[in-house]
Amino acid sequence: MAKVLVVTSGKGGVGKTTSTAAMGAALAQAGQKVVVVDFDVGLRNLDLVLGAERRVVFDLINVVQGIAKLPQALIRDKRLENLWLLPASQTKDKDALTDEGVGRIIDELRGSCDWILCDSPAGIERGAMLAMRYADEAIIVTNPEVSSVRDSDRIIGMLDSKTVRAEKGERVEKHVLIARYDAARAARGEMLTIDDILEILATPLLGIIPESQDVLRASNVGSPVTLNSPSSVAARAYADATKRLLGETVPMLVPTERKGLMNLLRGRRAA
Amino acid sequence: MGESIIMEPSVEPTRQLIRLRGRSYVAFVFAPVVPIVGWLEEVDATLARSPNFFVGKPVVLDLSAVDLSPSAITHLVKSIEQRNIRVLGVEGVDAEHLDSSLPPLLTGGRACTLQPPRPEKRDTKPPQMTSLLLDSPVRSGQSIIFTDGDVTVLGSVSSGAEIVAGGSIHVYGTLRGRAMAGVNGNPNARIYCQKIEAELIAIDGYYQTAEELDANLRSKPAQARLDGKIMRITPLN
Repeated sequence: MAKVLVVTSGKGGVGKTTSTAAMGAALAQAGQKVVVVDFDVGLRNLDLVLGAERRVVFDLINVVQGIAKLPQALIRDKRLENLWLLPASQTKDKDALTDEGVGRIIDELRGSCDWILCDSPAGIERGAMLAMRYADEAIIVTNPEVSSVRDSDRIIGMLDSKTVRAEKGERVEKHVLIARYDAARAARGEMLTIDDILEILATPLLGIIPESQDVLRASNVGSPVTLNSPSSVAARAYADATKRLLGETVPMLVPTERKGLMNLLRGRRAA
Repeated sequence: MGESIIMEPSVEPTRQLIRLRGRSYVAFVFAPVVPIVGWLEEVDATLARSPNFFVGKPVVLDLSAVDLSPSAITHLVKSIEQRNIRVLGVEGVDAEHLDSSLPPLLTGGRACTLQPPRPEKRDTKPPQMTSLLLDSPVRSGQSIIFTDGDVTVLGSVSSGAEIVAGGSIHVYGTLRGRAMAGVNGNPNARIYCQKIEAELIAIDGYYQTAEELDANLRSKPAQARLDGKIMRITPLN
């Protein structure tokens, strides 16, 4: 039975799509069968970041509407045979996405893979609500600045009230992923510290991904950063986060200014 | 022998016999006097003392002391009914003055003794105070409203969240959002927290925003109480 994991944030532009692609690829490399689903109807990006934009025939809305079957819409990654993409529609309206339609698709996918990663759109409206609706676990991507943290807090509140699990009285397992962490600015006190963020969000930390040019380069060539430059700091941070997601204990490394030199500043066990 | 044709005598449907019976009832009689406006004010005063007394009780209007035109009678009956008093009948006028939309004309009423309405005792029992316990943080956007008593939070209250309580508010964590205590007119309610970074604090409607919070108190354990109209926020140690 697959685990449904939603990658959400509230705030836009924090790194949800990048993280979905990077961790989806890392999970597939670890031998898991992964389907990544783009829920951002009208502003789809996951297909670009995965380099599949020229192979999109059918999309999520087509499947909801019954125009296409799920196998027709799924796009297999050319580099990783365990990674599949269900793209969003770029032309249709968000209203075409329905609760039962999404539920049907998730149920159908559950039988045939290990992980269903739902890339949520920004905001707290219908698209974001539907992306989290059937989730078993959630990764809340946060940037270390005040507006992002407050929006993430809002989303955490919604994960505890608007999901099917919450309605049944069960818990959605939540993890915080701090992305675009800039060590230099943190040192100057211009960004929120890790401790501040965790104190406000009161949710276990999955990983810290540094601000990195490698991420930009990777999305420009249509490849997840974990595939494109696996030895980069960002890619290794994503790989560590993926290991933690799979239950391994990996010491938390706080990225520092000096490139290539990783200081073991604290051994923080992900709870 | 020919077939005998049996004919049933036509059966008349049995008729329900309507039995007319007589019964007498006791009704309150309202006897308006001029000026009608003044008399209606007296009625209102009686109603104010005992608001529920006339509800459901039959009332008869005795118009013998006043000389009202048919339209004036209609207006008077409407005024009484607006006060939630149902008029059962009218007496002391000529039949021609009453049209079919008005209560019927009554005759042959006999005086009898009645209990005057006693002012009702107000329910002075204080409401039951209970308390609400939340054992997880209150997230941004969440609004906890509990007018029946105290609210205790085992965790922080995020920025953009709010707690509205009839009693006091206790936050075992950081209060970053809005806390409004004593909302049902309870000026003795207090707000306690382990770290005060609130956006807004209010007790019994008197509020103070984060701007007005003393810089020395920020991020420290604090309690807020109302002193007359002034919010006193003091360190809690």
